[in-house]
Amino acid sequence: MDLQTTAGLILLVIAFSLLVLLYVFTSPARRRTWRVITPFRRLRRSIGLAVEQGTRAHISLGSASITEPDSASALVGLASLERISEISSVSDRPPLATSGHGTLALLSKDSMKAAYQKTNVPELIDPDSAILAGPTPLSYIAGTIPLVHTENISANILVGDFGPEVALLAQAAGRENQFLLAGSNSLPAQAVMYASAQEPLIGEELFALPTYLEAGRIYESSLLAQDMLRWILILALLAGSVLVFTGVL
Amino acid sequence: MRSPTAAVIAIATSLLVLISYFVPAGPVLAMRSLLLDWAVILAAVAGVIAILNMVGVHFRRVRDNQPLAPYSLIVVVTFVITLLAGLFFSPSDPQFRQVVTAIQVPVEASLLAVVSISLAYAALRFFQNRKGLMAVTFAISAVVFLLLASGILAGLAQVPVLGTLLAVLNRLPMAGARGILLGVAIGSLIAGLRIAIGAHRPYSG
Repeated sequence: MDLQTTAGLILLVIAFSLLVLLYVFTSPARRRTWRVITPFRRLRRSIGLAVEQGTRAHISLGSASITEPDSASALVGLASLERISEISSVSDRPPLATSGHGTLALLSKDSMKAAYQKTNVPELIDPDSAILAGPTPLSYIAGTIPLVHTENISANILVGDFGPEVALLAQAAGRENQFLLAGSNSLPAQAVMYASAQEPLIGEELFALPTYLEAGRIYESSLLAQDMLRWILILALLAGSVLVFTGVL
Repeated sequence: MRSPTAAVIAIATSLLVLISYFVPAGPVLAMRSLLLDWAVILAAVAGVIAILNMVGVHFRRVRDNQPLAPYSLIVVVTFVITLLAGLFFSPSDPQFRQVVTAIQVPVEASLLAVVSISLAYAALRFFQNRKGLMAVTFAISAVVFLLLASGILAGLAQVPVLGTLLAVLNRLPMAGARGILLGVAIGSLIAGLRIAIGAHRPYSG
């Protein structure tokens, strides 16, 4: 096994151990206080307002295929979609999920179905609520923009793999005065979102979304594990720099 | 109700594929290759189902005369024409591909042109939407690194102190990008692990 594979394996074992240990040893009764992230606070408010006003939340999952590494952000989007569907289940207008890839479209249908079955409102399951808006990144944006204008949407949550073309979606939401929270794994998309979205998420903030939506204990453990891994990585990078600087490596 | 069978298949498959990256033994690699081939086929089938669903959604919009019906009609008609032509000529036919490309490329290029205008507009409105130190830092760094990347200051690279300063500045975007990407990578790793251990199951089975 080469050095790179060994380092990957060590990181994987640490991540897995942290995730499991934190899940097992954190008390379910203990209510943890998380750092205030303003976009998430505003998101909760917007979802609440959407339920009260009878408008819809739109969850945009991007164009990643589930078989590609870029899909991690879309997985976060799916977890968030499920939770938002649960929260919105008291409303008669279910959220709208749009995807740019077939696998994501099917998984978004399944996530919404699971949420409605869990909250005992199977009548809200609507095949037209989770759709493939377009099979390529640009056709996806072109297919989603008209929905933003016509589907009585008041909150947009963009979580997934996007390109710079996401600016068009942000502009469409801005024109309709709709709330827009946007996060992506892609750096160009993050830069564009920072300039054009109302509530952009930078870097790994995106992965905290299900935790802040109170999607379940596993997401809390995930966020704690993520924070610990980051510190481990920072220390490893610093140690590596010192070793290189002193000529040991 | 989520199917336990689907969860067992998903967990076993993901763990097997994960193990194969660290234990590249013959049978494990063969199994991984087979599973990945199946995944690609399943993804393609999912793509076909989702596209049929998309056409169904547009068809229902036309039938119910909803607000976007005219656009949906265009989608349905062009889909049927493309499908029939594809079946008749086959998707690998050079003339068929040429026609599709001749329509798709200009349309997407036009959309990209609109993106550039939209970005310019967002840049103009940037300070209306964002205030504070972060916004100022973002704007200044965008201008500075745009100038640096354009090569306009390349002549100064030979000047002793300025050259070093430029070299340091040139490394900053890469360092920032790596910092953000490391965070994203850790988040992706944890998200993948949640799927691998069955803690997050976006599939119902």
